[in-house]
Amino acid sequence: MTEQELDVFAGQLDVILGSVARVGEVAAADIEPTTHAVPLRNVLRPDEVGPCLDRSVVLAQAPAVEDNRFRVPRILDDEQ
Amino acid sequence: MSELTYLGAAEIAVAIAAGDVSAEEVTRAHLDRIEQVDGMVRAFLHVDTDGALDAARRVDADRAAGRDLGPLAGVPLAMKDVVVTQGLPTTAGSKILEGWIPPYDATITRKIKDAGIVMLGKTNMDEFAMGSSTENSAFHPTHNPWDLDRIPGGSSGGSSAAVSAFEAALGIGTDTGGSIRQPAAVTGIVGHKPTYGGVSRYGLIAFSSSLDQAGPFGRTVLDAALLHEVIGGHDPLDSTSIPQPVPPVAAAARDGARADLTGVRVAVVRELGGEGYQPGVLAAFQEAVSTLRALGATVLEVSCPHFDYALAAYYLIAPSECSSNLARFDGVRYGLRVGDDGVRSLEDVMSLTREAGFGPEVKRRIMIGTYALSSGYYDAYYGQAQKVRTLISRDFAAAFEQADVLVSPSSPFVAFGIGERIDDPMAMYVNDLCTLPASLAGTPAISVPCGLSEGLPVGLQVMAPALADDRCYRVAAALEADHGHPLTEEAPAL
Repeated sequence: MTEQELDVFAGQLDVILGSVARVGEVAAADIEPTTHAVPLRNVLRPDEVGPCLDRSVVLAQAPAVEDNRFRVPRILDDEQ
Repeated sequence: MSELTYLGAAEIAVAIAAGDVSAEEVTRAHLDRIEQVDGMVRAFLHVDTDGALDAARRVDADRAAGRDLGPLAGVPLAMKDVVVTQGLPTTAGSKILEGWIPPYDATITRKIKDAGIVMLGKTNMDEFAMGSSTENSAFHPTHNPWDLDRIPGGSSGGSSAAVSAFEAALGIGTDTGGSIRQPAAVTGIVGHKPTYGGVSRYGLIAFSSSLDQAGPFGRTVLDAALLHEVIGGHDPLDSTSIPQPVPPVAAAARDGARADLTGVRVAVVRELGGEGYQPGVLAAFQEAVSTLRALGATVLEVSCPHFDYALAAYYLIAPSECSSNLARFDGVRYGLRVGDDGVRSLEDVMSLTREAGFGPEVKRRIMIGTYALSSGYYDAYYGQAQKVRTLISRDFAAAFEQADVLVSPSSPFVAFGIGERIDDPMAMYVNDLCTLPASLAGTPAISVPCGLSEGLPVGLQVMAPALADDRCYRVAAALEADHGHPLTEEAPAL
């Protein structure tokens, strides 16, 4: 986020959070929360090898590739 | 305008099957129409001319070979750019995915291709489906074909505008808090949000996983129903997909077209109207309710007190889920990467990538969601919102004991001017006032045109219990039949 964005967002987020805080007006101490509109069950599939995307197809969309792998930005400090 | 673009999806399919016209001619007519008007409307982010013509020729070849054609074979469709399409750019309206070519098809993409439906291209949308005007697209705004200075609704505004402008006979949208129904309403077309789990989410770029649902746009109720039957049904690739057959929505649309609603109990929701709604919208809504009564429906009023809190609950739950879902855009495996100079750390590169790749509304929602989920605030915000969600579902359940369907306006306003609300997030969020309860409850709801206010379309929302999508279509089709023709026929010429 840029400094400029921060200035705009600070005021807006204040208004939005003030508004959504209205959920607190509802007496719901004994109410079960709903995470999903349909009952969720754990869905398992047979543990079998199936077709998957070829490595070259997947890597073709990567921002950086090296030795047939995703190349990531530096993850360790110099001293590590 | 070619007469072929004026035809509805069902009519086109019949004409192709009968050999009156080829699928290629139909597709060319729509591509020409896009060429003529999309410079003004700007519904499309990507037009796939070659792919569309190839798909059309395959339908013609199938017909020539005497193979069975599906009920929508050869019909041109506009696909929202949040649905992944193998080999075709898919951006979700975001710079962070600019140039990305998905290596696979969403389930609904595959079903659409298998049905012989011709995908013309990918349509504009609010970035990651966050918005109600399509102004949050990272690329350009889309214009309402009824008045080019106004918004086409959102977030599926590209698809709604394309169908309304006769650039495509069908469209695909996705609806998280109203992103199919509100754009349908303000562009004068039909849009349906199916029961949550009724249409596979596999290959939909996720915004809020417990709410996202893809659905159809058409200029008629039957067209939307036929597309719903193509894309609906159980999908083992989506663990939230309901293992049930698609409700008989096309039969319901045909039944409704007889314009007889005898025995149907229609309830007006007291909380979805009144203050904050434009008088012209309320007048068109009242007129529609009178029509339903005249068609034989029993009309009553119900109260759903917790609907008043739907907006607050939604703008906690959806941002919370999005703050988790959008964490996948890290610039490592696909999409944009900014600032990777070999010196900067992974964390710095990730920050720079997201700063450059995400637009303001996405950033706002990620921040709200992160805050609502943070320790110390979780119970008061996210936890409480989930409880309100339970209470909204209970309000629905109580209402559906008295009524078969609930009705309201689809949006408190007609299409507003481009730029009018973009600097005030709360003024944008209230667009979803009417559509949010059904989103939170996971119940189906349709928007069908119900007249004009100030020369602009108004939509009627018809809500039904889970898996009773057919009721929405039946009541909508009856209203449409009473009007006598699709509202888009009254739109000013572009």
